[in-house]
Order: sequence, then structure tokens, then C-alpha cells
Amino acid sequence: MNMIERLRKVAIWIDDRVYISKIFAATAGHTVPRTSGSWFYVFGSGTLLCFMIQIVTGICLALVYVPSAGQAYTSLEYLNYQQQLGWFLRAMHNWGSNFMVAIMLAHLIQVFLFGAFKYPREMTWISGVVLLLCTLGMAFTGQVLRFDQDAYWGLGIGAAMAGRVPFMGPAIVHMMLGGPIIAGETLSRFFTLHVFVIPGSILAIVSLHLRLVLAKGINEYPVPGKLVKKETYAEEYEAELKKSGVPFFPKAISKDLIFSGLVLLAIVFCAAYFGPEGPHGIPDPTQINTAPKPDFFFLWLYGVLSLMPDYMETVVMLTAPFIVIGILFAVPFISNTGEKSPRRRPVAVLSVLLILIVLGAFNYLGTYAPWSPKMEAWTSAATPTNYLEGRSPLERQGALVFHNKQCINCHSVGGEGGLRGPALDGVATRLTGDQLVRQVIQGSGNMPAYGKNLSPPEVAALVAFMSTLHKPTEVPAHDSSRPTQASTENMQPNATTQMASTKP
Amino acid sequence: MAVKELDTKIQGIPAPLAKEMPRRSFLLKLGFLLNGVAATMVSVPLLGYLLSAFRNDGGFTSWIALGSLNSFPENQTRMAKFSNPYTRPWDGQTADIPCWVRRMDGDKFQIFAINCTHLGCPVRWFQESHLFMCPCHGGAFYEDGSHASGPPPRGLYEYKYKIENGQLWIHGGQLPTLNQPA
Repeated sequence: MNMIERLRKVAIWIDDRVYISKIFAATAGHTVPRTSGSWFYVFGSGTLLCFMIQIVTGICLALVYVPSAGQAYTSLEYLNYQQQLGWFLRAMHNWGSNFMVAIMLAHLIQVFLFGAFKYPREMTWISGVVLLLCTLGMAFTGQVLRFDQDAYWGLGIGAAMAGRVPFMGPAIVHMMLGGPIIAGETLSRFFTLHVFVIPGSILAIVSLHLRLVLAKGINEYPVPGKLVKKETYAEEYEAELKKSGVPFFPKAISKDLIFSGLVLLAIVFCAAYFGPEGPHGIPDPTQINTAPKPDFFFLWLYGVLSLMPDYMETVVMLTAPFIVIGILFAVPFISNTGEKSPRRRPVAVLSVLLILIVLGAFNYLGTYAPWSPKMEAWTSAATPTNYLEGRSPLERQGALVFHNKQCINCHSVGGEGGLRGPALDGVATRLTGDQLVRQVIQGSGNMPAYGKNLSPPEVAALVAFMSTLHKPTEVPAHDSSRPTQASTENMQPNATTQMASTKP
Repeated sequence: MAVKELDTKIQGIPAPLAKEMPRRSFLLKLGFLLNGVAATMVSVPLLGYLLSAFRNDGGFTSWIALGSLNSFPENQTRMAKFSNPYTRPWDGQTADIPCWVRRMDGDKFQIFAINCTHLGCPVRWFQESHLFMCPCHGGAFYEDGSHASGPPPRGLYEYKYKIENGQLWIHGGQLPTLNQPA
């Protein structure tokens, strides 16, 4: 008996005892419709690849990371700067997470648009929705494990939302934080979720998800006009498999392989080029010079929470997540049979576009957060020189008041300053001197009243400065109940000189 | 019994003796019962352990000294820090909690939690405009803690305080939220 023959016998023996070839035939080798070997069908395996990267890099990071509120930050710094290639592992884990969420969203959209959630694959969709929730849970808890200022105050935001639950609020907050404040046990809790509970659930549900894909078959490429009917679907699918089915491996897997390879390369490239994320400020609650911001995939939430009218806020916070998740679960039952092709499902296509545009717009706003005051603007932003040239001492004093009283934190002039309130570049054309005085002293819904905090001379100077804020070619607002000449003389004593001086 | 016939048919083995059946089903029931009792005995302490934080008896708060009265000048608002009364050895810096102390005339104080009443971000005091501003969603509060503008649903959370032996004390110890102000 030669060597090859012997090896063959060993292989046959192993296969006979552990059923490798049978398992292969039932899994990777299962028959799929030829049409599903498409570029549109690569996102599921891409997501799985990202998950595997997260497991491997996560285990590596856990070798060094210390899940203790007192030491987590130091261990992250150690990973970044002292542990050999620690920065790269952190970067891989961070970019793996970004890619995982992004590719999973692509997978969700593709499955939705191709009607793959319809009969008989309802449970595949539902298990997929659970996986989506788990993945977002991983993204949020992972952000907490990067235990910096953003994580600390992000937890505070989570607690503040949970604290709005009627009656149960305080108890839920204690449960979430593992105590009365954000501290040691809070981080341990999120570590347990991020490292044991959620990944364990993902492994279990991915198994179910893939088992269902095998049991119910991968969705065939939808053909317009070919309707799903409960009575005939199974037979038609079987017939299509018999007619044009191919084994997934090696006939239909090539595009998945190419996509996965590209994703892996992209993650490695991004990790090497952009490096790891944070940690940002130390998680010391007494260091309050911070403007906490969520990671990219939660920026839309930041925008929604800022821009929602406050009377509906609590209700929306506490019910919207359940409504949205409920709708996601209900999708296969809302539309269970019928047309699968996106070419014949305009509502589905428009819904996807609408949701993407809304989320995209909120995320874009979240990148520069116009609703947040710029806390340092009053000491860092400069008043443009052409707003000061040729002004009277009183008006210049007003520009100083504008900075010193933090007006500029919310109002910009010449593009410098906050965006919370309206830009004041042309304010003199909108409000008369009297109206400016009233606005400054009494404020309004979205502006604090400065009545007690400004002395009359300060108000006079501030209003004098703001009354100069108009283009030379624009006429300042005036009170039509008064003679124009008089009002100009009373309220804008230097109007003529300013007009002259700001001429280009 | 239909099941017995099916058994015989399918497996081609003789049906179990009639008197064996009650014994088998008794053993099955006993097995379930035994495991049920064991599961309860395991889960009660497990749940007790897990839910130990799920309580709301005010047991976390106590009086905390913020420092000598002299460190808070009249008509000024200053940040003070205290170590949270309920801590774990591995809390690190997270056990240090800041608050805003406003001393009015004489021994009248107002002590505000650092957390914005909107979503808990740290509010900053601006001495010049006498405002607290929140960096997150743009809430603002007047120097007496009342709501000035923006999304917060109420004024700043206020701690109870007392003065003893020239020291300022506050009653605190837990993260204030809407349904459980400090």
C-alpha cells in the first residue's frame, strides 16, 4: 500500500466517523438557484465576515483591556501606545464594527427590496431583525467600553432617557447603571453585555438564521410579474432548483468571496491609515469641558433628540423604539405574498429612499450639531474686522459685550460663533433698535432673557453694535409708527457714518 | 392504545408491557418535578444577585461635606466636587461627582446637580452672562437654576443642603433623573 492510498483510507475513515462530506453537502454544497449567485447577494456573507473579525480582534483586545472604571482608560492608552500593534488591533476592531453595521444595513435593504422576507422566509427576516438589534447593541456597548468622556456622558444620556419611564424610571436607571451613579459596576455591566451576552446571542441567532437559509432556500432573484403564492411557491422553487440549481460551493460563492476579500482589505486599509478611535478625554465626571457626541451610526439619534419639540419628547423617546422595532418585525406579515421585484413595488422603494434620506440628513446635521452652543466661541471666535472698522466707541463696546456675555456662543457674526440661534449678520434689517432691546432683555422661547444680567449701559452698547449689522446696501429696519428721520437719529446715531465706512 | 400500535408497527419491537407504562410516565413526571425544584433553587439566588441593584429605597444617599463655608464667596457660583458616598473600590475617578454651588447673601445657598435636566449632559456655568449652558442639545438655565431656554423640561436639579460647624453639607449620592431628582 503506497502513501497516497494510506492517506486516502485515513480520510475515508475520518469522513465515515464525523460525516464531513455529508455536512458539506448539506451546508456549503447545498443547491441554490443560479440567479442568486448575484452581486446583490454578497452582503450577508460580508456581515458574517465582519463578525468573525470582531470576534478575533475582540479576543485579542480582551487580553490587555481592563474592564474596570478606574483602569479602563489607562489600558486603552496602553493599547494605543505601548502594547505592540495594540493600536492596530483597536483600529481593526473599530473599523470592523463600522463595516459590520454598514454592510448589515446594505443586507437589510437588499433583502427588503428583493422581497426575500415574503413567504416562506418570515422567520429568516425576523431572526435577521434580532441580529440587527444585537449588532446595534454591540455598537453602543462597544462605545461604552471605550471608556472616555463620550462614553461616560453617553451613559448619562441613556440613564436620563430611561429615567423618564413613569414609576419604574429610577429602578430601571439603577438596574442599568448597576448602582446609584455611573461608576465601576456600570462598566462591568456593559463589558458583560458586549463580551458575553450579546455575542453569545449573535452566535446562536446566526446559526438559526443560516439554518433557515438552508431549510427554506436562498431567495431566487426576483422577476417582475412572478408572484409569490403560498400554494405553489414551494413547488416552483423546487422546480427552479432542479432546472437551474447549482451547488453554492463552488458555483455561486465566487462573488461572496471577492466581496469578502475586498471588505477585509478595506478594513485593514482603514485601520492602518486612519488608526484607532480615541479614547478621547479621561472619564472624570469633574472634567466638564466636554461636548459628548455619539459615534457615527448614532448621530441621527443625537439630531432627533435635539430637534424634537420638547412637549412630545418623553412620549417619543419611550414609544418610538418599540414602534420602529415592531414595524420591522411585522414587515413579512404586512406583505406576505405577491410581487417580489422592486420594479413592481414602488412603495417599498420609496420607503427605503425616504428612510435613508431622513437618517442621512440627521446624521449630516449630527456631524456639526448646529443645535449645540459653541461653548468656547466667546473666548475663541474673533469678530470680523469689517464689523468693527469705522464704528463708534459705544458700538465697539457693544461688540465686546456680544463676546463677553456669551451671545456669540449661540449667534454667529461673520460666520464665527454658534448656530443655535439665528446668525446676526443682517439683524439690523430685521429688528429695530427698540425690538433689539426687547429681545435682549426679555428673550423668547429659545433665547434666555438677559434683563437681569446686563446693565442698561451694556444693553445700550450691545444694541448700538447690533444696529450696525447690515450690509451697506441694505436699509436698517425702522419703526413705521415714528417719523423715519427721528427714528434713525434716536436709535442709530451713527447710521450715516457706518453706511459710509462699510462700503467696500 | 394508538401510540403502542404505532410503536410496534414502526420499530417492529414488542409493545412494552401494560404495567410498565405507568412506571415510565411516573419516572418522567418525577424527572420534571425534580428539575423544576432544582431550577427554582438555582434561579432564586441568581435573580437575587442580578436584581440587587434594582431597588429604590433611597439607601444610596446621605449627607456629604462639600467644604468650609469660606470657600464659597457670597453672590458667586462655583463648582464643588465630592466623593460619592456609595462607591466600589474600582470606581476610580468616576466616584468624584461635581456640582454647582451658588451662594447668595449670607448663608443662603442653592446647590445644583451638574446634569442637565434634558438628557444629563454636564451644564457649564458662565459667570459673565449668569447662565448655565448645556453643550449637548442647547439647554440654558438662569443662575437660580430655572429653565431659560432650549429643550430641558424643568429647571436644574437641586440638592438639599445644611450648614454645620462652618461646613456646607449636601444630601446626595445618586444620578438625578426626571423621576428621581437629586
